[in-house]
Amino acid sequence: MNFELSIEQKEMKDMAMKFSRNELIPVAQKYDEEGTFPMEEFKKAWELGLVNTCIPAEYGGAGFSETDAVMIGETLAYGCMGINTSFMANDLALLPIKIAGTHEQKEKFLKPFTEEFKIASFCLTEPGNGSDAAGIKTSIKDGGDHWIINGEKMWITNAGYADQFVVYGTIDPTLKHKGISAVVVPGGTEGIILGKKEDKMGHRSSDTRGIRFENVKVPKENMLGAPGEGWLIAMKTLDYSRPLVASAALGGAQRALDESVKYAKERKQFGVEIAKHQAIQFMIADMSMKVEASRLLVYKAAWLVDEGQRNTEIASYAKAFASDSCMQITTDAVQLFGGYGYSKEYPVEKLMRDAKLIQIYEGTSQIQRLVIAREVLKK
Amino acid sequence: MAKVLVYSELNKGNVKPVTLEILGKLNGQDAEVAIIGDVSDEQVKVLGEYGANKIHKLKGDKLDKYSPEGYANALHNFIKDGSYDYVLAGATSAGKDFLPRLATKFEAGLASDCTNFIFEGDTFHGTRPLFAGKCLAKVDLQGPKPHFATVRPNALGMPETKNAGAGEASDASADAGDIKAIIKEIVASASEKVDLTEANIIISGGRAMKNPENFKILDECASVIGATVGASRAAVDSGFAPPSMQVGQTGKTVSPSLYIACGISGAIQHLAGMRTSKVIVAINTDPDAPIFTKADYGIVGDLYKIVPILTEEFKKILG
Amino acid sequence: MNIFVCVKQVPDTETKVQPNGDGTFIETNAIKWIMNPYDEFAVEQALLVKAANAGSTVTVLRVGGVKDTEALRTAMAMGADEAILVEAEDNLDSYSIAKALKGAIEKSGKNPDLILCGKQAIDDDCLQVPQVLAEMISLPSVAVIVGFEQNGESVTVKREIEGGALEVYELNTPCILATNKGINTPRYASLPGIMKAKRKPLQQLSLADVGVEAGDRRVVYSNFQLPPEKPAGKKFDATDEANEASVVAEVVGLLRNEAKVI
Repeated sequence: MNFELSIEQKEMKDMAMKFSRNELIPVAQKYDEEGTFPMEEFKKAWELGLVNTCIPAEYGGAGFSETDAVMIGETLAYGCMGINTSFMANDLALLPIKIAGTHEQKEKFLKPFTEEFKIASFCLTEPGNGSDAAGIKTSIKDGGDHWIINGEKMWITNAGYADQFVVYGTIDPTLKHKGISAVVVPGGTEGIILGKKEDKMGHRSSDTRGIRFENVKVPKENMLGAPGEGWLIAMKTLDYSRPLVASAALGGAQRALDESVKYAKERKQFGVEIAKHQAIQFMIADMSMKVEASRLLVYKAAWLVDEGQRNTEIASYAKAFASDSCMQITTDAVQLFGGYGYSKEYPVEKLMRDAKLIQIYEGTSQIQRLVIAREVLKK
Repeated sequence: MAKVLVYSELNKGNVKPVTLEILGKLNGQDAEVAIIGDVSDEQVKVLGEYGANKIHKLKGDKLDKYSPEGYANALHNFIKDGSYDYVLAGATSAGKDFLPRLATKFEAGLASDCTNFIFEGDTFHGTRPLFAGKCLAKVDLQGPKPHFATVRPNALGMPETKNAGAGEASDASADAGDIKAIIKEIVASASEKVDLTEANIIISGGRAMKNPENFKILDECASVIGATVGASRAAVDSGFAPPSMQVGQTGKTVSPSLYIACGISGAIQHLAGMRTSKVIVAINTDPDAPIFTKADYGIVGDLYKIVPILTEEFKKILG
Repeated sequence: MNIFVCVKQVPDTETKVQPNGDGTFIETNAIKWIMNPYDEFAVEQALLVKAANAGSTVTVLRVGGVKDTEALRTAMAMGADEAILVEAEDNLDSYSIAKALKGAIEKSGKNPDLILCGKQAIDDDCLQVPQVLAEMISLPSVAVIVGFEQNGESVTVKREIEGGALEVYELNTPCILATNKGINTPRYASLPGIMKAKRKPLQQLSLADVGVEAGDRRVVYSNFQLPPEKPAGKKFDATDEANEASVVAEVVGLLRNEAKVI
């Protein structure tokens, strides 16, 4: 057993934190207000190796472990959960290629992301199918030497800027999840029609929109795995992506805790710092406990991946617990700040708005509980 | 009695005040002053009044412009025959720059940037801030003599009573030696203001300044009270003010008699740089901003409303 | 070019400093060490000079405690090629540090073409080491530089003096330059850079190896203490437009009559 980060990991975390403090925190509010895409920060983060952390060394990546990736994700989300969503979406869209791609596909679809700045987007959810992912209707038809994609996707992160999409569809809806397949679609392919950017409660800088595929043709070699293996690929992807998404909740929660502690030591009521009042101390203690418990779950979920062990159950613990805790902690932070907490002059109201989404995307907290119950009951 | 040489600089022909502060503290020691270049009879008289027994005017080639090597060489040649126990100077730009070189020529130690000192018998004991003033420590020197120290401007304060010395002025020929780093030109600063580290009054702006243009309201106030304008790290890092204006641990450490902090929350590293100011005024909209814990007079309010009124009030009493 | 950069490891600027038990230094147990901020500018400048002069190497030197080697690792992660660490206590005086740096440069077997330092370390705030080292190895030096241009063996640097005025110096390499904020924007150590730094050579020496003895200490500190706390000041509420003017007038009156600073 060892709970210590290595020297290099500590350095990476320090560096990522420096980036968060210097480059993300100062602009987070502006992007939130304007709802614009953090292109400049994205590029800077890419130059420093902070994004696309899933790309293996043999395809030009840094060769980070899943533990490294969640540590970096946590630290970037500390700076801004919304901006981190744009960064993280790249990994979510590259993971299926890392997991199921052939050597040629990895050369073609992963490596370019290490050579120049590119944006990727993952298209699974549809207007009628969110949690019920197996019911997707987008069709992938055999067109001879190519696949033809038709359908509509919803809540697609980075869609407006993506250089590459991974699109899930079905070769035959009657096969249910056994018909689901995944294809890589280059950005700008004819027939991709972007919807308008969603005006969201939080994560306002991340580019989320609907997207329509109208007779979009891609070469046969762009399919990941065999036709019908998409569901399996998606499930495996979740084992990697859930710790990552959970790490974003952890970063946001840590930020809310730090802001609260700082404020509690500065703000005076009844002649003393509010940190001296027991009611506040209890809140701080609860926040602090939950942050640490989230961290242990998130890192364990990642560590299991690195150890080559099955992490489905723990990854769902991490995703549900960290995102629910983040919601609670950011809500408490607003409470602790009182009126100031409700004002946009202080950072905590944004944390609260941003926290909400993490309970929803990449498998809601309720879906995580279904997964957990299934895992526990089948033992 | 220790024999002490004070290196003095001139500003527009006048001896810099820090020299007089040091002389005031040397009561009871044999104090002499060395100046590179010429100095008026009137200023010689002032130095005598404050306690200098001798005033040495060091003159020689290549000393018309400052250079660390030239000044260190010139003073080295002068000091080495003078059996001085101590050499003191103001912790000014030049003092901080060439005294380390000069001390090293004697393989001697230098106590930098002292904010106070005493002599116990013949022995110098300094006090100096470390960690940008988060800590104070006693500083003693050992090893070959003379021992060197620089003293922070404004820290000692002007002596309340003068202790006249003989005030005899004489010329000494000085050799600048071989100078490898040569000043080509001096680019004047846009402002004619006193440097932050020597300023008697400072008015600083923080993140709440929002942009470089808003510093104008601080400039206006500064021109009424003869202040130098400073900035917090947040303001500098946001590009509202140049790094040369930064007060704090990674900027300049200052100790003016009046420091007016406008829209500065008071991060620990800013407080470290200005906490030794004699009087601190803070203006901030946030009543809980840490700056108020250090302020003698805190005004909870919007700087954009308060500062213009402040400027007008200062005009009333000073105009 | 053989470029050397001298860095120091200092407590993070956010550190709340506490004197140690016997007042000889500060409590260092719980300190988060960082590279001295002014030294980051020196490392960046070294890397810029290296990039402009093919075949150059950047050697980073540090004298100090070895519990953590953050500063050297950061410098190598930013792009420095190798490092030399001279193990010493963290409160060594400027004279001994300069002498140790001189010894370390000699040990490196390289003739320095350029030595860069931060203008001062934010722990003891001395502004001495670059100049003392320059004198010890008989090189010209310019401190507090905010501008740098190289033209073959000649460099033109801008030194910041009082009030933001600049002295423009011209000198030849080899020389020592001490950097100030404003000269450049230090790069971040990239994550791949951090991974690569692991494999870069780090030579560790003792003070004896570089010819420094206890008798080289020139400055002795004692009686470390926190500065006296100021008594609480007076706070006025001027958030209401109606009393802005009267509050300001009162404070100005106090500045003139009570504090006597105007």
